[in-house]
Amino acid sequence: MPSLLAEYLPIVIFMAIAAGLAVAFIGGSWLAGRQRPDPEKLSPYECGFDTFSDARREFDVRFYLVALLFIIFDLEVAFLFPWAISLKEVGAFGFWSMIVFLGVLTVGFAYEWGKGALEWE
Amino acid sequence: MNTFPDLAPAVPEIFLAVSAMGLLLLSVSGGDRRMPLVCWLAVLALTVTGVLVVTSPSDNAITFSGMFVADGFSVFIDVLILIGGALTLVMSPQYLKRENAPRGEFPVLIVLATLGMLMMVAAGDFLSLYVGLELQSLALYVLAAFRRDSIRSTEAGLKYFVLGALASGILLYGSTLVYGFTGSTNFTAIANSIAANEAGPPLGVIFGMAFIAAGLAFKVAAVPFHMWTPDVYEGSPTAVTAFFSVAPKIAAVALLTRVMMAPFAGLAGDWSQIMMVLAVASMVLGAFAAIGQRNIKRLMAYSSIANVGYVLMGIAAGTVSGVRGVLVYLAIYLAMSIGAWAVILTMRRGAGLVKDIGDLSGLARRQPLMAAAMAIFLFSLAGIPPLAGFFGKFYVFLAAIDAGMYTVAIIGVLATVVGTYYYLRVVKIMYFDEPAAAFETPPRAASAVAFVTALFTLLFFAFPAPIVAMAQTAAMALFP
Amino acid sequence: MILSAIAFYAFAAVLIACAALVISLRNPVHSVLFLILGFFSAAGLFVLVGAEFLAMILVIVYVGAVAVLFLFVVMMMDINFVQMRQGFTDYLPVGALVGIVLLAELLLVVGVLVSAPDGALAAGPAVPTLGTENNTQAIGEVLYTRYLYLFQAAGMVLLVAMIGAIVLTHRARPGVRRQRIADQVGRTRASGVELKKVTPGGGIS
Repeated sequence: MPSLLAEYLPIVIFMAIAAGLAVAFIGGSWLAGRQRPDPEKLSPYECGFDTFSDARREFDVRFYLVALLFIIFDLEVAFLFPWAISLKEVGAFGFWSMIVFLGVLTVGFAYEWGKGALEWE
Repeated sequence: MNTFPDLAPAVPEIFLAVSAMGLLLLSVSGGDRRMPLVCWLAVLALTVTGVLVVTSPSDNAITFSGMFVADGFSVFIDVLILIGGALTLVMSPQYLKRENAPRGEFPVLIVLATLGMLMMVAAGDFLSLYVGLELQSLALYVLAAFRRDSIRSTEAGLKYFVLGALASGILLYGSTLVYGFTGSTNFTAIANSIAANEAGPPLGVIFGMAFIAAGLAFKVAAVPFHMWTPDVYEGSPTAVTAFFSVAPKIAAVALLTRVMMAPFAGLAGDWSQIMMVLAVASMVLGAFAAIGQRNIKRLMAYSSIANVGYVLMGIAAGTVSGVRGVLVYLAIYLAMSIGAWAVILTMRRGAGLVKDIGDLSGLARRQPLMAAAMAIFLFSLAGIPPLAGFFGKFYVFLAAIDAGMYTVAIIGVLATVVGTYYYLRVVKIMYFDEPAAAFETPPRAASAVAFVTALFTLLFFAFPAPIVAMAQTAAMALFP
Repeated sequence: MILSAIAFYAFAAVLIACAALVISLRNPVHSVLFLILGFFSAAGLFVLVGAEFLAMILVIVYVGAVAVLFLFVVMMMDINFVQMRQGFTDYLPVGALVGIVLLAELLLVVGVLVSAPDGALAAGPAVPTLGTENNTQAIGEVLYTRYLYLFQAAGMVLLVAMIGAIVLTHRARPGVRRQRIADQVGRTRASGVELKKVTPGGGIS
């Protein structure tokens, strides 16, 4: 196990630096700057007007469809990683098995395209 | 490990998968105008698959590293499921057109759901069981919500999805427990591991088995896991409900039977208790809860719950004759149920299909043939001889009594008597009440389905031997 | 060893805290953000048991796609979440009961494992020793050959998911101008340009 952790040491160091910098910047500005809160200063600024509407507006349902289709292709890509690594071991059988899998999803892709689900109008 | 698996036992499934994709491309290339064509081609695909199932070598062929089993049992069930799917699709084009939802995805989703069911029935491993189950369920969730403009349909889809996902979770939890305590997900290996343990099965396996039974009880809608059934049946488009009431139910019962008989053969004493409780609760609740129903779809939902109770009684017996009873019951239930739904699908009046039982009043004078068919199905569901439903119940009760389950059998008979009341009430409304307004001309396809299944239900008593013999062979396949 | 123990407790504590915050925060957007942090901690736990592939998939699929989808859903619905939460305390006893039952069963099973290790006969060690360098490769060596059936079935499940997503959410809007590349490229001078003689003072009708 220690060897495993040692392998991830660069990532841990990287994360530590990132977290340290983030804390340092926000904390530094908080410490160095003068803090005089005022209702006007804290309200959202929109070109000098009062805000027109809530920032949390409803999204169009089309975003949802795009995100959903993205997940499906994301999963498909996830299957490609182990395949790419072990292609030498699994040989032609493994290669064609992935091609069939991709073929099934290509049918789905053709369906999406034909249906116009990929168009943004 | 790198050898290519033997594809021969899985040819029907592969054919069905390829044709589903072909139909999908066809439906998208032609737009929704092609929907009837796609429906009929889907019927053709299901028929060809049925022929392939019957002709393929089925002497317990195992392939894909033990994940896939094709035996006599799966052949029998596959044929029932394919008939259920095909009959639904025959009725669909006219229904979808009249409901103003002629979308080409409908037949494709039915075919994909059927594919999932065939995979469930052929499962030889908890992993393949789960994947098949999910393929089936996912397609069914979409079908339940197919009329997305209707609030009831969306609600049905959502309810079915949430509770179905919960059931899948419970099933997976059970599978992990079984895997943890036996070291395998393969049915044969699990059975061997349980048999090898002289001190009795570990507690974890029994827990896992109970979880798996609960998860599958959700899928077959057995009490106390039935809550979703009336709402989903009521909200889904009626053609989809007709499909729900037969194909997924048959597939899930078959899966339950195989899981109890194959990997958990050594736990028979434990699971037969669970099955008995589920059976008694389903029979009693199905009979009593249906009495108060005014909506015909809800009535049929409770009727299907009661029917599952009788089927579970056959599983609880745990013998060859019990499984034979289950299979005969499923075959007859398929005919009765799809026939009754076909009659419901023919009765349309202006705004939509009939909803209330009262709307059927005087049907006998308006459409004597349809009323006669419905009466046959209702009498048969009630189990009145000499109609087919009586034989279904007869074989199941026989097995239960052989296995010494006297109390369960007596409760079953009493529940049947209660059930007869609400079936006969519908018959009374159809025949003796004042006629309500006229219906539109019944669609031909649904009328034909109703006619054929009514004939089967009526004449089954004359030729029961072939089906019973086939069920016997199929049941033997589970008991090596 | 002590280092991995510290890492485990750190990840586990963050994960549980995140899970609690996800269900208790008022603002659903914050809930989703804590869900993402929870996914990261779970990925850390996977790395600790040596399942890097699962850890990376958790980050790619769950953080990269599922959490984004959740954000869309939260943003898409115009629901008063404060009002929705009023039932929270009503459902709490039932939810807690289910949780307690599951916990009790887990404890029972663990108890059996501890008291009678023979019970877990064929199970073997929790993490099998791999013949390969890493488990991504180990997965690759069996997924596409030995588990071919499951792999292809997963493809079918994804196909159904695609169809379902489109059936349930896609609607063709009438009267929308679409880009038709073939039409645009196929335009000729004759169809695009029209020459007109303009008479002085007459204008063009």
